[in-house]
Amino acid sequence: MTNSVYFDYAATTPVSPDVLKVMIPYFSEIFGNPSSIHQWGQSAEAVLEKARSRCGKVLNIPSENVIFTSGGTESDNFAMRGCAFSRRKLYGADEIVISPVEHDAVSKTAIQLRDEFGFVLKILPVDQFGMVDPDTVRNLLTKKTAIVSVIYGNNEIGTINPIAEIGRICQEQNIPFHSDAVQAAAHLPMDMVRDHLNLISIGAHKMYGPKGVGLLGLNSISDLLPVQTGGGQENHKRAGTQNIPLIIGLAEAFYLAQNNIEERNARFSYLRDRLICKILHEISGSQLTGHPTRRLPNHASFVFDGIDGNRLLMYLDARGFACSSGSACKVGSPSPSGVLLALGIQPELALGSLRITLGDKSTEMQVDALVQALAESIQRMRK
Amino acid sequence: MKAGLKEKVVVGMSGGVDSSVAALLLKQQGYDVTGIMLRLWTEPGKECENSCCTPEAMTAARRVASMLEIPFYVIDARDLFRKEIVEFFFDGYRSGITPNPCVRCNQVIRWGFFLQETQNLGASYLATGHYARLEQGRDGRIILKKGLDEGKDQSYVLSGLTQEQLRATILPIGDLEKRVVRDIARNFNLPTAEKKDSQDLCFLAGDDYRHFLRRMVPEILEPGPIVDVNGKKLGEHTGLPEYTIGQRKGLGAIQEPYYVLRKEIETNSLVIGKKEELGSDTFFIETMNWISDISTSFPEKAEVKIRYKAPAVPASISLRGNGAICVKFDNKIRDITPGQQAVLYDGDVCLGGGIISQVAYK
Ligand SMILES: Cc1ncc(COP(=O)(O)O)c(C=O)c1O
Repeated sequence: MTNSVYFDYAATTPVSPDVLKVMIPYFSEIFGNPSSIHQWGQSAEAVLEKARSRCGKVLNIPSENVIFTSGGTESDNFAMRGCAFSRRKLYGADEIVISPVEHDAVSKTAIQLRDEFGFVLKILPVDQFGMVDPDTVRNLLTKKTAIVSVIYGNNEIGTINPIAEIGRICQEQNIPFHSDAVQAAAHLPMDMVRDHLNLISIGAHKMYGPKGVGLLGLNSISDLLPVQTGGGQENHKRAGTQNIPLIIGLAEAFYLAQNNIEERNARFSYLRDRLICKILHEISGSQLTGHPTRRLPNHASFVFDGIDGNRLLMYLDARGFACSSGSACKVGSPSPSGVLLALGIQPELALGSLRITLGDKSTEMQVDALVQALAESIQRMRK
Repeated sequence: MKAGLKEKVVVGMSGGVDSSVAALLLKQQGYDVTGIMLRLWTEPGKECENSCCTPEAMTAARRVASMLEIPFYVIDARDLFRKEIVEFFFDGYRSGITPNPCVRCNQVIRWGFFLQETQNLGASYLATGHYARLEQGRDGRIILKKGLDEGKDQSYVLSGLTQEQLRATILPIGDLEKRVVRDIARNFNLPTAEKKDSQDLCFLAGDDYRHFLRRMVPEILEPGPIVDVNGKKLGEHTGLPEYTIGQRKGLGAIQEPYYVLRKEIETNSLVIGKKEELGSDTFFIETMNWISDISTSFPEKAEVKIRYKAPAVPASISLRGNGAICVKFDNKIRDITPGQQAVLYDGDVCLGGGIISQVAYK
């Protein structure tokens, strides 16, 4: 493991030393419960609220509109369920609109709302790059639409959706718009929530923060049924004693990720495009998945003709490169990814998918070595 | 071996105690070990009962791998297994024989596809938890020997392998007794230490092969006549695959102690007879896989196993045209069955094996 090169930053990132440093005191030194009356509680509450306000600033929303959660999955669940139930109760709205390329945290929640709670689920079309055309959103909206959810930067294929345009259309009709920005938050400016989005999901561990913490950002605090009930924490929206050290880590990681975005992205895009060019050139039967340019700067994804993606990951791992695949399955029964199928890719081909995601430690030399290992692996597998 | 670089070995892990200990021993011997489980085919809906690749077995293997700090992967071989082994199983019964899918699986899946895969991964060896031993002879050939624990010996199922395949193989537990293997597993707190031995064919998932055939290929179970050696009809059978040679029970209304003597595929008839008529002392192997070198001295005598759990019985061996061999026992054996693997031994040494192609009846 020690001499393996990590190319799976979309799966998770290491906690950066700067982030870790600010978290440490809040495990054992400043450990109070922010709901307590005494001074121990007060100090905890102070840092909690400071973290909240930092996150609010990045998102350009009031800090009380930041709800801390246990991560991207919970934020997605909370947005979908909280909004759907509340809007149905208030306005009888019982339709949910999502794209076919959502993360499971959104799509499986929507499916449960349909199958167990009687909502109607409408799926937007996407183009061959997995991108939503804002005009098609308009076509699906009705007076009964409870929520629209479209992923910002796609975890599997990297494509970036036109969130502002979609937001504007939803706004015209006063329909809440949610976006899963778990992948996007590390790379794209997040200060447009107040203008274009009603709900946004963020997770810390994709941007050099700790696992198990995230947030749901709102542009207004109403219209959201609490999904987790108990004490009155998080503005009565999400009960449970807050995990202070993790929240501190999230706030720091988010702030750092949103700093120097352009400089970092220039470096990432250069490496990404080099990777894409080389692979498409040097490996026959290879195809880029997702948009060629409107994609996350650290994200390259492919399908290869006649290749079992799972085996490919094993070959690469054995050669010292850690990557991922849309059909990744640890139990040896891969099925083609729904996201790739939604782009019109044939199931056979979709089984041969590979995702390579770059991070702050990635270098040009590593990228070149990876391409070579990939070419060799694929050549062997095709024999 | 390059200086400073440990040799890489892939261990086929099944989630059982034997392959777990095999991996452990290799790790202790200083190899660079990787564990791989093959995901094999199971009848849809029965995935949880397959003896080796259940989710439970997979979790167990994964835990062992993490305790040993070795990488672990699962390779999907379901389609290949279905095509090469399950179809072979059906084809065998379709043509009136009793196939041995385990021997075949070792030839084409484990030491075919899988061995190739391990070499692609840069491994010098494939290791498994079989109870059999490999040694190198003075002439450089690999010698396959019975496992030291005779009761557990699995050289039978490896008898179809070639020199080249055996040369790339390590069998780390072949010189241990099962009892010791379990003790080692217990000492290291391996979660697989108490796992029961797997039995029967993995893809049957504990079911009777007859039920499996009825569900999957009902068309090959065609009723037909039960006849005596003179061709006189005595009753009806429910499909030849449902009977095994030497079987006494389940011959329908026939009251006297009759036994299944053989199957006649051309007429779809089941030939039965009295105990005296049962058995044969001679059979043929059309395609023999010799593991030992027969070019200098042909083994005129050998001990022969006619099925996995049968005792090794002395016989004389003679060479026929086209490399076929004839095996002749001193006395009749009641259940020599076409399609099963016959394996020849000289004491502990496995000389080779091949499928019983024909049984001589007087
Ligand atoms: C787009 C997207 N949404 C949601 C999640 C889930 O986030 P978490 O792991 O924090 O629950 C992920 C990460 O796997 C993701 O990539």
